[in-house]
Parts: sequence; structure tokens; C-alpha cells
Amino acid sequence: MSEEAVKLDRKDFVSDQDVRWCPGCGDYSILAQVQKVLPELGIARENFAFISGIGCSSRFPYYMNTYGFHTIHGRAPALASGVKIANPNLQVWVITGDGDGLSIGGNHLIHALRRNMDLKILLFNNEIYGLTKGQYSPTSEMGKKTKSTPMGSVDYPIQPVPLALASEATFVARTVDTNPKHLAEMLRRAADHKGSAIIEIYQNCVIFNDGAFKDVTDRSVRDDMSLILEDGKPMIFGKDSDKGIRIRGTKLEVVQLGDGVSESDLLVHNESDPDPALSMLLSRMHAPEYPVPLGVIRAIRRPAYHEMLLDQEEEAVQKKGVGEIRDLLMDSETWTVQ
Amino acid sequence: MQLTGTQFTNTTAVFGNDFATLPDYPAEIRAPAGTLAGVSSFQVNFGDERIYTPGDQPDVLVAMNPAALKVHLHDLRDNGVLIVNEDAFTEGNLSKAGFKSNPLEDGSIKGYQLFSIPITKMTLEALKDSPLKNKDRERCKNFYALGVLLWLYHRPLTVTTEWIETKFKKKPDLVEANITALKTGYHFGETTEMFQVSYEIAPTKRKPGTYRNITGNEALARGLAAASKITGRPLFLGSYPITPASDILHELSTFKNFRVHTFQAEDEIAGACSAIGASFAGALAVTTTSGPGIALKGEALGLAVMTELPLVIINVQRGGPSTGLPTKTEQSDLNQALYGRHGESPMCVLAARSPGDCFYMGIEAFRIATKYMCPVLLLTDGYLANGAEPWRIPEASEIPKFEVKMAQPELAEGGFLPYKRDPNTLARPWAIPGTPALEHRIGGLEKAADTGNVSYDPANHEAMVRTRQAKVEKIVQEIPPLEITGEKSGKLLVVGWGGTYGSIQAGVRRAQQKGLSVSSVHIQHLNPLPPDLGEIMGRFEKILVPELNLGQLRNLLRATYLVDAQGLNKIKGLPFRAVEILEKIEEMLG
Repeated sequence: MSEEAVKLDRKDFVSDQDVRWCPGCGDYSILAQVQKVLPELGIARENFAFISGIGCSSRFPYYMNTYGFHTIHGRAPALASGVKIANPNLQVWVITGDGDGLSIGGNHLIHALRRNMDLKILLFNNEIYGLTKGQYSPTSEMGKKTKSTPMGSVDYPIQPVPLALASEATFVARTVDTNPKHLAEMLRRAADHKGSAIIEIYQNCVIFNDGAFKDVTDRSVRDDMSLILEDGKPMIFGKDSDKGIRIRGTKLEVVQLGDGVSESDLLVHNESDPDPALSMLLSRMHAPEYPVPLGVIRAIRRPAYHEMLLDQEEEAVQKKGVGEIRDLLMDSETWTVQ
Repeated sequence: MQLTGTQFTNTTAVFGNDFATLPDYPAEIRAPAGTLAGVSSFQVNFGDERIYTPGDQPDVLVAMNPAALKVHLHDLRDNGVLIVNEDAFTEGNLSKAGFKSNPLEDGSIKGYQLFSIPITKMTLEALKDSPLKNKDRERCKNFYALGVLLWLYHRPLTVTTEWIETKFKKKPDLVEANITALKTGYHFGETTEMFQVSYEIAPTKRKPGTYRNITGNEALARGLAAASKITGRPLFLGSYPITPASDILHELSTFKNFRVHTFQAEDEIAGACSAIGASFAGALAVTTTSGPGIALKGEALGLAVMTELPLVIINVQRGGPSTGLPTKTEQSDLNQALYGRHGESPMCVLAARSPGDCFYMGIEAFRIATKYMCPVLLLTDGYLANGAEPWRIPEASEIPKFEVKMAQPELAEGGFLPYKRDPNTLARPWAIPGTPALEHRIGGLEKAADTGNVSYDPANHEAMVRTRQAKVEKIVQEIPPLEITGEKSGKLLVVGWGGTYGSIQAGVRRAQQKGLSVSSVHIQHLNPLPPDLGEIMGRFEKILVPELNLGQLRNLLRATYLVDAQGLNKIKGLPFRAVEILEKIEEMLG
């Protein structure tokens, strides 16, 4: 990346294309925060690549004045892996949704994560298929009534964060489209992470699944129904910051502070714990029994795929010298015909 | 058995004979030994003149067990030499192979020179002092058999002994045992009076130069890496293991000091998609597979057509459909290569004709892909991929040169147009991420001309469909005149493509020696077709198209040129024998 400090602002990242999402779509908020955060990173604009699959969210690259590639359904992580390996200087972002990333593209997502491919993956989760007009998605709740499930779906939903953790992602976070400040902070954290980073973003589809997250995100309930994770801090939540999370045996429980329960009894968030057990427990906290954790659930440092690949190539060059065409042809027994 | 065959071939090569090989092995990794399904064979044809095929009917057959005898005896020519390991003709093995009685004793083998040798017993006897376990000693019997053959053909032992020493460097007991078995077999041949004749074949007269033994997959991997060195662009391979293409992945994985990036993807689709991503980012990108893998990659190939990125797709064809015959050869993916995508999705299609030719076709594929900014699909097949031939190593001056031009920031003046075309090639600029001022977006949605913005305009769609087609048609200007084997006009023209080149050449030459009016051409550019093909076909009364499929090129020629092309079609998982070509020629001219 460019050595000189690059001075850019939001406008530099706005393309000349009209944004075509439905009015009120949560995608607008995500686009605005990405365009706000990117200029802060000190990276030249030409060194960003946005790669998407298919779906409403995947139109995202057209609206970013960076290099962009709107690919095919589910395959963005695979295509982005090729981009990153071919040019490791690029900061590569992947835009995907719950259908694109978890249904048709589930395989690519888990493999990009486990390889610690240095991709910033934004998973727009609206728990519905929008672009195909309203079928249930792999994250839709059981019993969801849609055009393709008139009597309610009989599929158990998949949970993106536990899936990401099980896939050995080195950075996993969750945020919501309605909290721009928190969203921006998560984007910054993902941008700074070296390795596979995934953010699940609760994103509201106003047309086909309006209010899917209102039990967690509505102004009236959000303080009581979400837990903002902060590294090194005890897990406290609630409008009056009077509730917390404690561990008993292998189970997490919600406790009321006071009445003999103090801050020191609460779990302290350690996002870089090499053992993913607590992250996994956190990732399975759901409303209404628990507040939903938002923030960085896990962030650990491991060598990224491209770093190890380039190390091997460097080692091979050190051992054998830079290969030339002659070496390709003469690497076997030969004989001469006069 | 594959290893023994390869060693005999290497010795033949170093001795200076021309040769062609046909490895034939089961798809199962350890198919039960002794059963008909488990027979692994290796056929080699060599001589002091130009060899085009692995040989129609071998002069010598070595059968290490009854099953091998049953499967391959009919291949042996009349009065050919048949060497068998008589120790393997036990009751159990005989019954596994479906023999009711022992063919070595019941007089059923007639018309061959049978040499029944107790190979196992003699190998074990020779190794009685070896510290190896009995099972491992017995495994040395293939080297014993190789020793007999090396004697039979007056070949030196050194090539194999040196190879054994390197291969088993860390296991000195194995080195000693294998070399002992080899020499014992050789000495057996020398001292026994069993063999009435032994063969002496003089080195082949060939074009002067330095030669090596090469398989199609080895040559192709080297061609792809060479393209990277020629252009100075890094090579990226996105691939998923599949027989018989995996060796290209294996080979390229050893070229890390060439800064070749190999990516073993999670599936075929990811192999293609990662390569498209790498191409977008500026690498020479390739994805390798076989027929079923191409089927999976189909949607991604449509994306490469739409986004007009250079991409090389390699299909090492095997018997299909479905899992089909994974280790056997076929030419049945031509239709898939030409038409196997949704929408109007034209694809430049090339085919290699011999193992060594794969080197040049790998370079040619990248030359066209980068010059025209389009995907290029290169067809090889299982026979080319695993078959070996002596290959004259090209001098530096004989290796094609070409340049790849990346779009420069100056193009941004007045607004960058990622779909503005070069009038000669209709190629759009290759503007890679990291280049200032050329930021742009591409994708699978239809593009507006010049700007590349999303467009649903009806007239634009038709114009773009026609432009993508016209671009592929422009590639015709890259195709050199066809080489005609034989007279420029006559009664019959044999038109071939791909890996059948050797068989067709051999068959046609034999027919010509018999005085028949027959010539042949071999097509390496299948889309677009060579510009002079129609005119050449017009100079012949009849057209014959031999193919290892039901007539895919034949139908294309009939549709394109309205010629009455006849087919010779074989779908047995095996290459043509030259005699099959010859007989068809005789039938058509009879």
C-alpha cells in the first residue's frame, strides 16, 4: 500500500451510479458507514477491492468508487480469495447476505474463514430472500410463513456467528444497521484485522421481513436486549446498567446486580482468548432469554493464508533461485541427438 | 506395474528410441489384486523410426497373473512373445480371473510363444539373504520382470539402477533387493536358452537436439509456467483434485520458486472462481479439471465470458458421463466445451495433439486469452495427460514470445471506459486493482458498451452479445494454415482433432504407403475453426472424422460447412489403434 499518507473523504468512495435499494433498506446505513470508515484507513483508494455475490446486498460494489466485482451466487469468498492471493497488497472486502453466504455459498464461506484468508466479510443478515421476492432464508426462524412456506418453514435456522467460530475465523463480530456508531467501529476493527474477518450485520428488509430484529434493536428495548461487548470489561447491560452475565458450570446466566451480586462476579470479555469456548457460549445467547451480544466476539492473530503462501515461495526462491524457463525444461534426464 | 513401465520407457528414451506409452490402470487406488478389475497395465511402443501411437498389437506381453493374461492376451499379435509369472497361476488366482483350468497347462494358449517363468520363486530365492520381510521381497518381482525385458531388448541396466538408488535412498535394503531382482532377471534372460530371439533396435533418427521424456500433464504445467515467465505476470492456478488432471496441480505446486501460486480450492466451482478473481487482480489465471469439473464450473465460465477477463480452463477429458471412466481416455467433451454454458456464451476452444504439444498449447491458450481478453478452454485427454513421448526441448528462440499490456492511469483522462475495445481484437483494457485512477466495477449483469455500467437496454444487450461472439471469431486471425499430411487434394481427407493425432498419422501413412489417395489434417483450434479448413475439405471427394465420441466434431463440420463427413467412432475408453484408422480408410476407398 502507498507509503504516503492518503487524504481522502467520503465523497471519494461514492460512485456515479444511482443506488437502487428500496427506500428505508438497512443497506443504506451500511453503505454510508463503509464510505465513512474507508477514508480513515490511510489506504489509497485503488488498493480496495469489493467483491460480492448475488442478492440485494451484493449490488454494493456498484456504489463504491473502488475496484469492484459483482460475481455469481455464493461464490464471492472463492473469487475474493483469488484476488487476495494474486495481489496481497489489496484490502479485499466481501459483501454477502444470508442466502448468498450461508445457503448457496456456505461451502466457500467456511473455507475462506478456516484458511484465515485476509478478507473482510460483511454478512448482511435480514433473515429473508429479498431479491427473489420473499422466500425464507437459512437464517429465517422456524415456522416462518413465506411464499415458499405457506404453512411455515420446517427448517431449523443456521446461526452465522457459531458457524464462523466453528470455521476457525480469526475475527468474528456482530452489529446492527441501526447503530451507525457501533457499525463503524466494527468496520474499523475488521479493516485492521490481519486474517479472516466476518461481521454479521443485522439488516432490516423493509419489504419482506420488516422488523425482524426489532426485539433486539428497537430503541425501547435495545438496552435491555443487547449486550455490548468490550474487551477486558465485565459483561454489563440494561437501561440502568444493572444487569450482567455470569457463568455457572457450563451455562451463562443473566443476573441482577445488587442483592449480593457484584461486578466482580460477572464474566469479563476476553476477545483474544485462544480457547474459543466462551466465544461459542456467547454466540449462542438469544432473545428473549438473553440479551444478544454485539461487538467483537473473537479476535485472535494467526498467520494469514497469503503470508504463509508467500513465505513458502520465498523459501523456494532462496533454496533453488528464481526459476527460469530453462529450469522447467531441463528438470529430467535428457539425451542428445546429433 | 506403472512404475515398471515408466522405468522401461525411461531406459528406452535414454537409449535414443522413439516411443509412445499407454498407461492403463483402475480407478480404484488398490483394486483387489488378481481380479479382472484390478489389472493395471502399461503399454509401450518404441522403435528406430517415428512412433505415433503406443502400438496396436504388442510383440511382447508380460502377464504377472492370470487376470492380466485374461484381460490382455487378445492384444498380443499372432506368434507374439508371451511371458508369464507361473507362480501367480494358483488355484485362487485362476478362479478370481474366471479360469476353469490353468491356461498354461490346458493347451488353450495357442499361436503365441509362451515363456512360463517362476518369477516369484526366483525373486525370493535371489533375495533369501535380504533383511526385508517376505512380503516386501515378493514385491521386487516386477523388477525381476523388468530385468528380463531389458535383456530381451539389449538395454543397459544403469538407468534403472540409478533411479532405484535415488528413489529409495533412505532405504538401502530396498535398493539392494530391487537391484538384485533386476539383475537376476537380466541374467536369467542372458543365460537361459528359453528365448530363441532377442530384439535389437537401433536408436531412432530424429531432428538434432536435446530430448527428454515428457507426459502431457508435465508438458502442460511447464507451458503454463513458461507463459508466466514470458509475460512477467504471476501464474495462479485454482484447482480441485480430479483424475486425470490432478498431476497438473501437483507439478505446478513444485514451481514455487517461479512464484507460481497454486490454490487447492474447496471445490471445482471455487477453483474456477478463485482463478477469475486472480485474473481480475492481474495474474495469468488457470483452472484445471476434467469433464465433471467443467460441468460444475459452467456458471463461473459464463461470468468470465461476461466480464471479458483472460482465463485458461483446462479439461483433461475422460470417459463420461457422470463419474464414467475416470482413468480412461475419451474425446466426448467437445460439445460441452463449445456449448456447455447458459446464454450466448462463446468460448475459444483449443486442443492439444500430443504430450509434447501440451507445452505449446499452454502458452498459446494464454497468448490468445490475454490478447483478446477472454476465457480460452484447452482440451487434452487422459491419454495425452499420462502418455509419454520423447520431446525435443525447444531452444529459447523457439519458445513463442508475447506481451501483455495492462491499462495505465493515463486511460482515466476524460473518464475511464473499462469496456472500450481495441478495434483489431475487440479486447477491452485489463485494468487491475492497485492502478490509480482506473477504479471500476464489473460483474455478471449485462454491461453497457464502453462504460461497463449495468444495462438492461434491449438494443445494448443484442449489441453486446454480438460483440462477444465477434470477438471470438476474430481469433481466426491467429490460426496458422493447416498442415496437410499427404497430397493437397484427392479422394479422402481424414480430419482429426486432439489426442488422436498419433493414431491418425500412423493409420494415414500406412494407407499412403499402400498407394491410397488419402491425406489428413489435424485441428488444434476448434473455436473458431481454421480459416482454410472448408476450402481444404472441398478438394477431397470424401471426408472421414475419427473421434473417440459419437461424432461431435463431425456434426460441427456438417453444420458449419455442409459437408458429408463420415465418422469413425470409438467409445471404449481407449485410443484408436492405427489399424482401425487404416481399415476405415480402406473401407471408404474400397
